Amino acid sequence: MSRTTLVEAPDEVTAAAPVVPRRQRPARRWRRVVSPVVLVLGWELAARTGLLAAEKLPAPSDVLATGARLSRDGTLGIHLLDSLTRAGAGLLIGGLLALVLGTVAGLLRLGDDLVDPPVQMARMLPHLGLVPLLIIWVGIGESLKISLVALGAFFPIYFNTYAGIRDIDERLVEAARTCGLGQAARLRHVVLPGALPSLFLGLRLAIGAAWLSLVVGEQVNAQTGIGFLMMEAREFSQTDVVVLGLLVYALLGLISDLALRVLERRMLTWRRGLRAT
Amino acid sequence: MASRTAGHLTTAEPVLTAHAVRRAFGPTVVLAGVDLTIARGEVVALLGGSGSGKSTLLRILAGLDGEASGTSVVHGTAAVVFQEHRLLPWKRVAENVGLGLSGADGPGRIRRALAEVGLAERHRAWPAELSGGQAQRVAVARALVREPDLLLLDEPFGALDALTRLRMQILLRRLRAEHGFAALLVTHDVEEALLLADRILLLDEGRIAAELPVDLGPTRTPDDPAFGALRRHLLDRLGVPTT
Repeated sequence: MSRTTLVEAPDEVTAAAPVVPRRQRPARRWRRVVSPVVLVLGWELAARTGLLAAEKLPAPSDVLATGARLSRDGTLGIHLLDSLTRAGAGLLIGGLLALVLGTVAGLLRLGDDLVDPPVQMARMLPHLGLVPLLIIWVGIGESLKISLVALGAFFPIYFNTYAGIRDIDERLVEAARTCGLGQAARLRHVVLPGALPSLFLGLRLAIGAAWLSLVVGEQVNAQTGIGFLMMEAREFSQTDVVVLGLLVYALLGLISDLALRVLERRMLTWRRGLRAT
Repeated sequence: MASRTAGHLTTAEPVLTAHAVRRAFGPTVVLAGVDLTIARGEVVALLGGSGSGKSTLLRILAGLDGEASGTSVVHGTAAVVFQEHRLLPWKRVAENVGLGLSGADGPGRIRRALAEVGLAERHRAWPAELSGGQAQRVAVARALVREPDLLLLDEPFGALDALTRLRMQILLRRLRAEHGFAALLVTHDVEEALLLADRILLLDEGRIAAELPVDLGPTRTPDDPAFGALRRHLLDRLGVPTT
């Protein structure tokens, strides 16, 4: 039996590949959809037939129905808004701080010597492990959630800002100098655009870290938010709401990443030219 | 290192005067006191083997090296073309040419500069979309648009293929005839120096070892016997043996 597959498989490849390599792409994309769809259908089937107990894992259609119900009565909207506010505030605080410190460390030798060592040390601490200490410092209210998100967002943005500035080709800065550009103009025309690709990478990683921090933060004495919704549902064994919360978190991550990619493509058009050659 | 740009100029004044320029990297002395004067509209080629310090000297004259000693004064404006094009990849061709440009009619001047190097229709392109020769022509346009009194050229065609290099040499000769700028051309290519320069300086062991006027007239070709004689002479001085 193994012999027949060995003979047939290469045959197929040589026939299709050289003639129309492009037409394979969509076909392959569709093929990649198959296993997720089968998985979800299998899950649905297993839940419907009772193979999966509803309190362990409800059917995907039930989860969607719960989602529709909760968004209709506004519950989901309120909690989602609160989660988004926390993530936004934390990202803004942590991100701005990281941007400033990363720029200082990247541009100035003194800044590098003073700022970088403590940041490198702090990086080794798993920031989610700081929850007990943060509770002692800022309590269990809103500030805990926002601090946690800010901490999560800080490191990726700091390191990528720093690296982005350091990686700029010194020869370009020199050329800008011979064109009569002063310090401020060099920052604007050479350093900032040169560091932008790294900044985007940092932001994408930071948003991922922000959602992760939010998940953990919202499980500590929250009264609102997607995490609270899930914790409350767990107490009442509403597994469908728990799974719905997970789904919402996943969607938030997906949407923010997608939005950032679109923004990146628009702001870094010059790299498309780079790839074309 | 006193490096300054003098604003007022008279026609009699040279465009560049450098005196006792010294530069050492640690214990290695690269330039051991170089004196150099370039007259208005004069093209001087600086020849030397690799490591002779010719690029170091150009960087000092361009004001890019803060650790050299001696004086160097540019009377008027200078622009630099490097061996690599050094265009900002995130700016389109026209924006690169106009980088740091001030004064009236910027877009018009950029358009004319690009037209002069034959790239008028490429003004919207990204640098990454250009060939090596095109990118270097844009770099020349970026220097030209500033209407410099002195053009500092650091092996500007060294990274190009032989055919493109010949075309660029012809282009530079034409531009020089039109604009009358002075230039310092750093090169290791003897023929390039003979084709373009009015005067050739040989840099050896950190000093100007020889000076050679090139009296070949405006239309020179390597086929000219006088060209060949000068070429042989320079190669002898550079220590290249006759086969």
